Amino acid sequence: MSNISLQTKRILKNRAFLALCLLSTSATILILALLIVSIILQGSHFLFNSDALSAVFAHGELSQIPKIFRWDFLTNFASRFPEKAGIYAAIIGSVWVCVICALLALPLGIGTAIYLEEFAPKNRWTALIDFNIRNLAGVPSIVYGILGLTAFTRMFGLFGSDKNSALAFGPDDAWWHIQFPFGQGLLAGGLTLMLVVLPIVIISSREALRAVPSSLRQASLAIGATPWQTASKITLPAAIPSILTGAILAMSRAMGEAAPLLVLGIPVFIANTPDNLNDNFTVLPFQIFNWAGRPQESFHQLAASAIVVLLVVLICFNGVAVYLRQKLRKPMA
Amino acid sequence: MPETRPTLGQPASATLPTSSPVSEQVTLRVKDFNAWYGAFHALHNITMDIPSQRVTSLIGPSGCGKSTFLRWINRMNDLVPNARAEGVMQLDQDDVLDRNFDVVELRRRVGMVFQKPNPFPKSIYENIAFGPRLHKRFHRSDLDALVEQSLRAAAIWDEVKDRLHNSALGLSGGQQQRLCIARAIAVGPEVLLMDEPCSALDPRSTASVEALIRELRQTFTIVVVTHNMQQAARVSDLTAFFFEGKLIEAGATDGMFTNPKNKQTEDYVTGRFG
Amino acid sequence: MSAISAKAASSAVALARKGVARSDAIRNAWEFVIRGLLGCTALISIAITVGIIGILLRETIAFIQLPEIELTDFLFGTTWSPLLGAEKHFGIWPLICGTFLVSVVAAMTAIPLGLITAIYLSEYATASKRAFLKPVIEILAGVPTVVYGFFALLVITPALQGACNFIFGTPIFSGYNAGAAGIAVGIMILPIVASLSEDAMQSVPRSLREGAYALGSTKFDVSVKVVTPAALSGILASCFLAITRAIGETMVVALAAGGLAHMTLNPADQVQTMTAYMVQIFLGDAPAFGVENLSSYAVAMVLFILTLVLSIIGNILLNRYREVYE
Repeated sequence: MSNISLQTKRILKNRAFLALCLLSTSATILILALLIVSIILQGSHFLFNSDALSAVFAHGELSQIPKIFRWDFLTNFASRFPEKAGIYAAIIGSVWVCVICALLALPLGIGTAIYLEEFAPKNRWTALIDFNIRNLAGVPSIVYGILGLTAFTRMFGLFGSDKNSALAFGPDDAWWHIQFPFGQGLLAGGLTLMLVVLPIVIISSREALRAVPSSLRQASLAIGATPWQTASKITLPAAIPSILTGAILAMSRAMGEAAPLLVLGIPVFIANTPDNLNDNFTVLPFQIFNWAGRPQESFHQLAASAIVVLLVVLICFNGVAVYLRQKLRKPMA
Repeated sequence: MPETRPTLGQPASATLPTSSPVSEQVTLRVKDFNAWYGAFHALHNITMDIPSQRVTSLIGPSGCGKSTFLRWINRMNDLVPNARAEGVMQLDQDDVLDRNFDVVELRRRVGMVFQKPNPFPKSIYENIAFGPRLHKRFHRSDLDALVEQSLRAAAIWDEVKDRLHNSALGLSGGQQQRLCIARAIAVGPEVLLMDEPCSALDPRSTASVEALIRELRQTFTIVVVTHNMQQAARVSDLTAFFFEGKLIEAGATDGMFTNPKNKQTEDYVTGRFG
Repeated sequence: MSAISAKAASSAVALARKGVARSDAIRNAWEFVIRGLLGCTALISIAITVGIIGILLRETIAFIQLPEIELTDFLFGTTWSPLLGAEKHFGIWPLICGTFLVSVVAAMTAIPLGLITAIYLSEYATASKRAFLKPVIEILAGVPTVVYGFFALLVITPALQGACNFIFGTPIFSGYNAGAAGIAVGIMILPIVASLSEDAMQSVPRSLREGAYALGSTKFDVSVKVVTPAALSGILASCFLAITRAIGETMVVALAAGGLAHMTLNPADQVQTMTAYMVQIFLGDAPAFGVENLSSYAVAMVLFILTLVLSIIGNILLNRYREVYE
């Protein structure tokens, strides 16, 4: 008798726990849905043209379809007047700074990963570097901003200030103009973001390299390939799909960072796009931060619209990551 | 032939007798060879000569050190942290254990086939051409011929000649293992090391690989590690029995299986342990 | 096949020796150069750490040496008012308190939800459900933090105010508050808890589960009494690493937690965290070498040490479970 009730109790407990699991998991999904819906609702005003929307959906005027989107939001510069404001400078700045960040972080990060996985002797120094990288991944991004401010924006004051540079090359309006220190320019921004994502790139690339079966490495070494020949011709090609996936995720992180750039002192309002690597820029997350922090509701709507654009860009990034993974993972025909 | 009768704990010292009356050339000369993994003494005072163009098999229960020994011949153990060795191991006149001896050069001369087939995730052609291209420059036609001859030597040409540019991963296990043998041959080695080359294969593939091994001894000096005594008896001219890191007995395969000189060898080959 | 094979082997060997040898010297030199270059890239990570510590130390020392600063006051003081009026106080505890409050709310949101989600994914969910849920949770990790800031300020705070208004008749929560910021940070770190814990649970050997099932355990018993304890160090590691992220989170608190540094543990109040203070200074026009500016480096130093310690503990725990099961 008591046995049966005990049994029932245990089964009930099991069921209750499963219900709790389902509840909490669906809560997670619900939160994500709420996040997306609330932002789209708030952002719709500056993204969609309500007249064109009603024309298309209520009256079936298909010619109005291109007018559904308010393209000027994407092509205008920021403005004091919400109706005229756009995110052109921020989009261009984000793209530039991410490209610079990728060009710096990927070679350095993948290089470090190759060194640690394929070359480094397993000794105390390697363990120290490994431990260091893992902990760098936990350093708040704003702290990297401080390093970037001192090392790139001001360059420890070695070359004067960025307004009065002691070392500059090329005329001010040339696209290849470059000066030291980097000031709040693209190069300083890209380098600072590189600091933030470097540990992420290293860790994900190492995992990708580690996943390559060691039997391939041994086969290559056994026919007399050197460690570098093995790494470059066998291990790296086999690991490239996962490395790329990790790299794209790291770049999405760079795309969404505002704190370290904020420390550099990048401007919010900017009425031109960068002409050279020292030119000022702003990025989408920082623009969003600025708009969201204002009291007026229409700026909140602007922030939400910009978030939608940022999320769309990030979703595209991730889509590319998934596509690359699928495409490259297919065994060769 | 002098009677050598090594007993347990006392290392065997044997120049392997051969079935051939011709004066034997020795490819690999091993003397007082010791190997360690960290503090673990894996091989004790191994002394043996491995003759040219013969198949020598290394047998013994797992953990007896036969694979360790094989992996010192092409210094694959360099990859294992804390692995070290002392003594004499000479390939022709060169000291294999010399830190200054180029392992790339060594591995070009000593090919290796692994337990599990491990073709590169590349085309069949690229698998074979990978090694030669690392070391030398070839005319396209020479390289094509080299790939063909290597595949023929591994008795797999007829099966793959129409799909040389397809992925090697599409081959069956037995085909993959023969591809790996072809890959080792294509570098033009003197010695082929095989670490239990058939243990991952089905009986039919095993038979074809064994036939291949017997064939290839005309060109290469072959050392096979196997845990399968029938296989040793089928493929090898000479057999060396390892037990607990010591070389217990070495000699002509026939004699070893029919008339083992050592009690432990007898126990092992008759299946009393191992 | 026999004769053919042997003949092919010798011609293969002949062909292989026919090629023009590549220079060993060039190859070795190239190998040396590459190894050196890659080794240098690996040293960059050390240089970054040294750079951070060096800069923070230099500026923090400069801060402490200012005549108006007392080290004991900074380390033990409970008033932080660097910008107000003539009487400036630099006692770090109100900022630590704010950071602590936000992190506690975040942990209370993320750890229960994340752990239960991890158990569900690892033990209960079918392969197809996992394939759907894992990417969804990873999306939460990929959302930029400024978006969570927006969410906290303009969705969570009004929702909390509305709920309190409905229940108690007053909003209770102020427009900027630690609670909403904490919840948003919690959502942000939830994927870290869930996916690292799930990894830890997945690496618990099957045999352990089978042993428990063989004794007649239900799935609940196995999940909670066998798998969770076996994966404990991995789960703890995930919590430590997640809290590290919460402490260092900047944009959410800068937007939603407010700017008033005071000693409070009331999540309905506004607070200022260490990171939010840094934002305030770096956004403002504080002179580059004034006392306010230097104080932000001192705060950054405290923040860095705190996150470093937590991250080291987390990584040690992570190594421990990897040693056990891998």
